[in-house]
Amino acid sequence: MKLNRRLFMGGAAAGAATLAAPMAQASTHGKPRVVVIGGGAGGATAARYIAKDSKGEIDVTLIEPSRSYYTCFFSNLYIGGFRDLTSIAHSYGKLAADFGVNVVHDWAVGIDRDARTVSLAGGGTMPYDRLILSPGIDFVDGAVEGWDVSHQNAMPHAYKAGSQSELLKAQIEAMPEGGIFAMIAPPNPFRCPPGPYERISMVAHVLKARNPTAKIIVADPKDKFSKMALFQEGWADHYPGMIDWIGSDFGGGNVSVNPDAMTVTIDGEETKVDVCNVIPAMKAGRICELAGITDGNWVPVNPHTMQARADENIHVLGDASQQGDMPKSGFAANSQAKVAAMAVRAALTGSKQFPAKFTNTCWSLIDTDDGVKVGASYEATDEKIAKVDGFISQTGEDATLRKATYEESIGWYAGITADMFG
Amino acid sequence: MDWIRRSFYSLAAVVASAFPSLANDIGQADKGEAVFRECARCHSVGEGAKNRVGPHLNGIFGRRAAAVDGFNYSNGLTRMGKDGLVWDFDLLDRYVENPKAFASDTRMAYKGLKDAGQRADLLAFLRRYSDDPGNIPEAAPTASGTDHAVDAAILALQGDPEYGEYLSSECTSCHQLDGDNDGIPAIVGWPTEDFVVAMHAYKDKFRPHPVMQMMAGRLSNEEIAALAAYFGAAAP
Ligand SMILES: Cc1cc2nc3c(=O)[nH]c(=O)nc-3n(C[C@H](O)[C@H](O)[C@H](O)COP(=O)(O)OP(=O)(O)OC[C@H]3O[C@@H](n4cnc5c(N)ncnc54)[C@H](O)[C@@H]3O)c2cc1C
Repeated sequence: MKLNRRLFMGGAAAGAATLAAPMAQASTHGKPRVVVIGGGAGGATAARYIAKDSKGEIDVTLIEPSRSYYTCFFSNLYIGGFRDLTSIAHSYGKLAADFGVNVVHDWAVGIDRDARTVSLAGGGTMPYDRLILSPGIDFVDGAVEGWDVSHQNAMPHAYKAGSQSELLKAQIEAMPEGGIFAMIAPPNPFRCPPGPYERISMVAHVLKARNPTAKIIVADPKDKFSKMALFQEGWADHYPGMIDWIGSDFGGGNVSVNPDAMTVTIDGEETKVDVCNVIPAMKAGRICELAGITDGNWVPVNPHTMQARADENIHVLGDASQQGDMPKSGFAANSQAKVAAMAVRAALTGSKQFPAKFTNTCWSLIDTDDGVKVGASYEATDEKIAKVDGFISQTGEDATLRKATYEESIGWYAGITADMFG
Repeated sequence: MDWIRRSFYSLAAVVASAFPSLANDIGQADKGEAVFRECARCHSVGEGAKNRVGPHLNGIFGRRAAAVDGFNYSNGLTRMGKDGLVWDFDLLDRYVENPKAFASDTRMAYKGLKDAGQRADLLAFLRRYSDDPGNIPEAAPTASGTDHAVDAAILALQGDPEYGEYLSSECTSCHQLDGDNDGIPAIVGWPTEDFVVAMHAYKDKFRPHPVMQMMAGRLSNEEIAALAAYFGAAAP
C-alpha cells in the first residue's frame, strides 16, 4: 500500500512530463515494441490504432487466448432473441492481415516489470517497450455466498460472452411453465452499469412470449441503478407484474445461493428457482494483480495517458482501470484505447500528442423497438477522468424516438466493432 | 419528445433576451402569399393540396418532420422526425433561412431566404393552413434569432487534416469510415462547408440529436474545420 502511494505520486509526475515534452524513447533493439494483453474492446482498439497510425514504425503484438471474441455488448440482445450468436463474434484476421498486428493466441501468465517481459502460458516470453493491459474483469472470490466459478454451469454469470451466454439462454428457454428466474446483481463498480437491467428486460421479453406466467426476481445489493426510472417504467409497461426487484433496502444485498439445490436465500427467505444468474462483484482481470499494479480491486491510472500509476511503462484500459468518472463499458474502453495509443506513439516515436478527450454512450433495449441511451463526455484532469457534460433518454418518450434510438444502437454496434477489429 | 420541445423553447427564450432588438413582429400573411409564389413551384397548400416535388404544407405547424405519408424525404429530415423534431415557428424559420444548415442532405433545392421579415410573412401565410399554429402567439412579437447561417470567417477556416484524423477517432466509435449509413449516418466525403454548417447546427442546438449536440458542443471552430477537412477527403 505504501509502495503504491509513493508510485502513485511518481506516476503522476512522469505523466505530466510526457505531456509537456513528448520524447522519443531510445530503443536499443531496432523498432520499438508494444505488447497488448487482451483483444477486447480496449486491447483490439489500441493494437489497431497503434499499428495503423505508426505506419510500421512500431511492432505491435496482441496476446489473446480466444480466436473468436464474443462482444458482451449485444449479448443481452442475443439472449432476448434479437441477434444470433455469430453476429456478435469477431475474429482477429483483419488486425493481422490489414494492419500488421502480430496476433498470438495464448494467455499471458506473468509480467516482469524490471526486465519488461511478458511470459506466456505456452512457454516463452515477449519483450516490450510499452505494455498495454486490457484484460477486462474477473470475479471477486466469495462475493456471493455459496457460489464460485466452479458453479458457473449450474448458475451462469454470462458476464463474459460466448458459451456462458448460450448456456443462460438455453436455461431460460427450458424453464418450466410458471417457473422462477433469479438474478443476483453485482455491487458497484462493475462492468456495464445498465447491463444487468437490460438483461432482465431481455429475459422478460423471452418469457412474455414463451412462458408468460413465469416470474423474475432480482436481488440487488444497491438501492438504485443505471437508467433506473427508464427501466422501471419500461418493465411496468411491457412486463406488468413479472419482475420483482429487491433493492438493498429490502435485503437484496443479504444473499446466499445453493447451486446443488438450486435455491436462493434473500434476507433469510429461501426460494427454489429454475434459473439463477449470479453476477458477482468484480475486479480487474487477474493479470493486473500478477503484475503488482493494482490498488484494491482495480488499477489506478493517469487520466492523461492511461498509464498505471504504479508503472509508467504499462497502460491499463477499460474495465480493469480505475480512472474516475467513466463507466466500465465497451465504448469507454474503445475511447480510452485511442488516448493510450496516441500517448504510446508519442512516447516511442515522438509523434504529436493532443489533449485527451473521452466519450461514452450506452444504449439499452427494454423491449422490441424500445431503446434508451445514456452518455457523457469527459476530460482528463490530473486527478481523474472527469465528466464534462451528459444526457439521458427521458421517461415518456414516444415510440418513434425509442425506435430510432434502437436503430442507432445497431449502427453503433457496426461502427464500434469495425473500429476495434478493422 | 418533450425534452426536445423544451430545449427549443428555452433556446428561443435565450435568443430573445440576448437580442431583444432582433425579435420579429408577426409577419403579414397577405404579403406572405406573394413570397410563397416561389415555393409554389414545388409545394402546394390549401384545400385539396397534394404532394408534388415537395410535400404539401397543410398542417405544417405542429407536424413532426418528415411525417407526410407517401412522401420520400431525405434521410436527414427523416432522422430528425424520428428524433422528435416537430415544426414550429422557430424551426421553420431556421429551415427556410438556410435549408442545408438545417438538414445537409435535404432534397429541397432552395438556397434559403435571408430576409427575416419575408420569412415572418411567409410563415404567417402558411400558418393559415395549420389547425394547431405551433408557437406563434396571437399578438405579441415572436422571438426568433436571425442569422443562423454560419459566419463566413468560420466557414473560411482551413482545417488541419492531421488534427482532424486524431479527432476523428471519437467519431468512428459510431460512424463508419466505409460510409455505412444504417442507423447512424455516413459522414465521409462531404463537402467541407456542409460538414461545418451541420456541426455548428448541432453545437448551437438547432439540430435535435443529444449525442451530437454533446459531441459538437465541445469542439472549437478550428476542431470542426479540422474534422471537415479530414472527413471531406476520406473516400467512402
Ligand atoms: C451483458 C453485458 C452487456 C454489455 N453491454 C454493453 C453495451 O451495450 N455497450 C458498451 O459499451 N459496453 C457494454 N458492456 C461492457 C463491455 O463489454 C466491457 O466494458 C468491455 O468489453 C470492456 O473492454 P475491456 O477491453 O476492458 O475487456 P474485454 O472486452 O472483456 O476484453 C478482455 C480480453 O482480455 C483477454 N484476457 C484476459 N486475461 C488475459 C490474459 N491473462 N492473457 C491474454 N488475454 C487475456 C480476454 O480473453 C478478453 O478477450 C456490456 C457488458 C456485459 C457483460
